[in-house]
Amino acid sequence: MNKTYKIEVDCANCAAKMEEAAKNTEGVANATVSFMTQKMKVEFAEGVDEKTVMKSVLKACRKVEPDCEIDF
Amino acid sequence: MTKKQKKVLARIMIAFVLLVILAFIPATGWLSLVLHLIPYFIIGYDILRKAVLGIVHGEVFDENFLMAVATVGAICLGDYSEGVAVMLFYQIGELFQSYAVGKSRKNISALMDIRPDYANIEVDGKLEQVDPDEIAVGNIIVVQPGEKVPIDGKVIEGNSTLNTSALTGESVPREVSEGDEIISGCVNMTGLLKIQTTKVFGESTVSKILDLVENSSMKKSRSENFISKFAKVYTPAVCFGALALAVLPPLVRMLFLQMEPAWTDWVFRALTFLVISCPCALVISIPLSFFGGIGGASKCGILVKGSNYLEALSETSYVVFDKTGTLTEGVFKVNAVFPETERITKWKKDEETAEKFLLSIAALAESYSSHPISKSLKEACGEALDTGRVTDIEEIAGHGVTALIDGRKAAVGNAKLMNKFGIAYAECTEPGTIVYVALENEYIGSILIADVIKQNAPKAIASLKKNGVKKTIMLTGDNKKVAEAVGKKLGMDEIHSELLPADKVSLVEKLLEEKEKEKRKSKLAFVGDGINDAPVLTRADIGIAMGAMGSDAAIEAADVVLMDDDPAKLALAIRISRKCLRIVYQNIVFALAVKGICLVLGALGIANMWSAIFADVGVMVIAVLNAMRALNTKGLTK
Repeated sequence: MNKTYKIEVDCANCAAKMEEAAKNTEGVANATVSFMTQKMKVEFAEGVDEKTVMKSVLKACRKVEPDCEIDF
Repeated sequence: MTKKQKKVLARIMIAFVLLVILAFIPATGWLSLVLHLIPYFIIGYDILRKAVLGIVHGEVFDENFLMAVATVGAICLGDYSEGVAVMLFYQIGELFQSYAVGKSRKNISALMDIRPDYANIEVDGKLEQVDPDEIAVGNIIVVQPGEKVPIDGKVIEGNSTLNTSALTGESVPREVSEGDEIISGCVNMTGLLKIQTTKVFGESTVSKILDLVENSSMKKSRSENFISKFAKVYTPAVCFGALALAVLPPLVRMLFLQMEPAWTDWVFRALTFLVISCPCALVISIPLSFFGGIGGASKCGILVKGSNYLEALSETSYVVFDKTGTLTEGVFKVNAVFPETERITKWKKDEETAEKFLLSIAALAESYSSHPISKSLKEACGEALDTGRVTDIEEIAGHGVTALIDGRKAAVGNAKLMNKFGIAYAECTEPGTIVYVALENEYIGSILIADVIKQNAPKAIASLKKNGVKKTIMLTGDNKKVAEAVGKKLGMDEIHSELLPADKVSLVEKLLEEKEKEKRKSKLAFVGDGINDAPVLTRADIGIAMGAMGSDAAIEAADVVLMDDDPAKLALAIRISRKCLRIVYQNIVFALAVKGICLVLGALGIANMWSAIFADVGVMVIAVLNAMRALNTKGLTK
C-alpha cells in the first residue's frame, strides 16, 4: 500500500534525513521525501496498521529534525 | 513570508540592534559576556536546542552542531561579538535561503498547478459552486467562459473554443460542440458549456497529470543520490578535519618546532573551517534544478515522471519509433486517385471530374461497410452520399464488394477481385492500400489509401540528429513496402517491418544489448502512441508516449508523456533535459570548488569567520539562482 502525506520541513538536507529515518522505521517498506513538493510517500509493509506506523515514522523523523511535521 | 520566517526576521532585527548598542557600551569581563549572551540566545536558541537534541539522538554532525560549536567556541575564546555576529549572519543566510527556495518552489508549483478548485452545478436554475470531488459520474456540470473544465465528460449543450495550453503547451484553440468529448484541464474560452461527466474527479485527466507531476520529484536522479550520499560522508569528515586542524598543528609546533603552540589561533581556524563546510548549497540546488527542469518541460506539454528520467533523457542516443500514430497520423486517408479518364467520360455527368466520379463509385459501393477504408473513401468524397443509388451490395470476403449503382454493376476491391472477374487492370505500385474500381466489367481506375506522415515528422527526425542522437529506428507491423517508403522519406537509419507486438519487444531488447557493448553512457528511448505498446514502453530505458491527451493508459505506462502528438517535442524534451543537467553539473562543480578553496583559505588562516559565512550564503544564493534557469525553456523551442 502506498500513501502520500503532506509534510513540513525547512531544509533539503533535513528532508533527506527524514527520508532515511522513515525508511528505517519498522513497517515501512520504502519511503521517499520530496522537499520541493513538501510531501512524503510511504510504501507500507504488508499487514501493518498505517496509523501506528506513521506515529513511529513521525517519532523517528523528529529525532533527526525536531521541527518537522507530518500530516496523517 | 511564512509565520516562521517572520519570527526569525524579528529575532534577527532585535539581535542586530542589541549588538550595535553593545558596541558602544564600555563593559568588560564578565559583564560584557553576560550582555552579549542576551542577543546570542535571542538569535541562536533554536540552533543550540537542535544541536543538543541532535547529540541526544545520536545525530551529531549536522549544520546546527557546526554552528553551535563554532559560535560557542568563539565566545569561549573571548570573541563575544564575533560569536554573536556569526550566529546572526547564519540566521540571515538561512532566512534568505528558505525565502528564496520557498519562492522558487511556489513559482514552479504555480506553473504546474492546473487543479480546478470548483465545479458548477445547476440547482433550481441557479449556478452553485461545489468541490469537484463531490460530482458523480453522469452528473451535469456547467462551465462558463474563462473557467477551467474540472472533470472529463461529454458536451451535451453549447459550443465553444477551448484553450488546451495548460495541457499541451500549444496555444492552438480547439473547437468543441455538442456530443464532443472534453477533457479536464482545458480552459473554456468563448461559450457556456454543459457537460455530462464520464469520470469522477480523481480519475479525470487533470488529476492524473497533477498526480504524476507532484510525484515526479520522488523519483530521484543519480546526481541527487550522489549528493545525499556525499553529504552523509562529508559532514563527519569535515568535523574530524576541523578537530585535526585544532589539535595537530599546535602539537607539532610545540613538540617538534619548539614554538608557541598558539592554541587560540588554530582553534579559531578550525571553527572557521566548520562554518565554511556547510553542504547546503549542493543539497538544495540539485533537486531545485531538476524540479525547475521538470516544471519547464511541463510548461511545454512534456510531462516527465521523475528526475531520473530527465537525467536519462539527456543521455539519449538511440530513438526507436513506432510508426503508426507516432510518425504518421494513424488515420487512413485517400492519398491519390488514378482515374482512367477516357473510359469514365462515357459514364460521368458533364460537370463531374473523373476523379470525383471514381471516388463516388467506390464510396457508394462501400457505403454500407464500417471498415476504415470505406470511411476514408467517404471522407474523400466530401458530400453526403445518396445511398438510394446503390442496390444489391454483395461483400466478397478478402476481395472487396460488388453492387449495382444506378443499375450498373460496380466492383470495388483489391487485385484479387479484379482477377476473379477477369478484368484487366493497370497495377498500381505505390506503397499503401490500393482499391481498384471497375464498372460494367471494365476497369476505370484505382485509388491509393495510405497513412499520412505527420507534417512535423521529417523535421523532428532531422532535429534529433542535430541534437546528437546517433541512431533512429522505426518499428512497424505494417508491410515492408509501406514501411520502407515512410522510413526513407523521414530519413530513418533502420527500418524493421511486419513485426508482431512481441517482435517489437525482442527487437528493443536486442538493441539494448547492442548498446550495452558501447563504452559511452547512452540511453535508448522508445516512442509510441501508448495504445498497444505498453510492454515496449516499459522495457526501454525511457518510454515516451505521444498524443496522450485523454489516454490514461499511455500516461501510466510511459516515463515521459508528450501531451500533444507533435514528434518535434521529442528533440525539445532532450534539449530541456540537457540544459537542466548542465545546470546541475555547474552547481556541483561551482559549489565544491568554492567550498574547497574557502576550506583551504580557512585552514591557512586567511579567511575569517565573517567571510566564511558570506562564502556559505553566497554560494547557496548563486546556486539557487542558477537552478532557476532550468525553468526557462524559451530559447530551446526552436
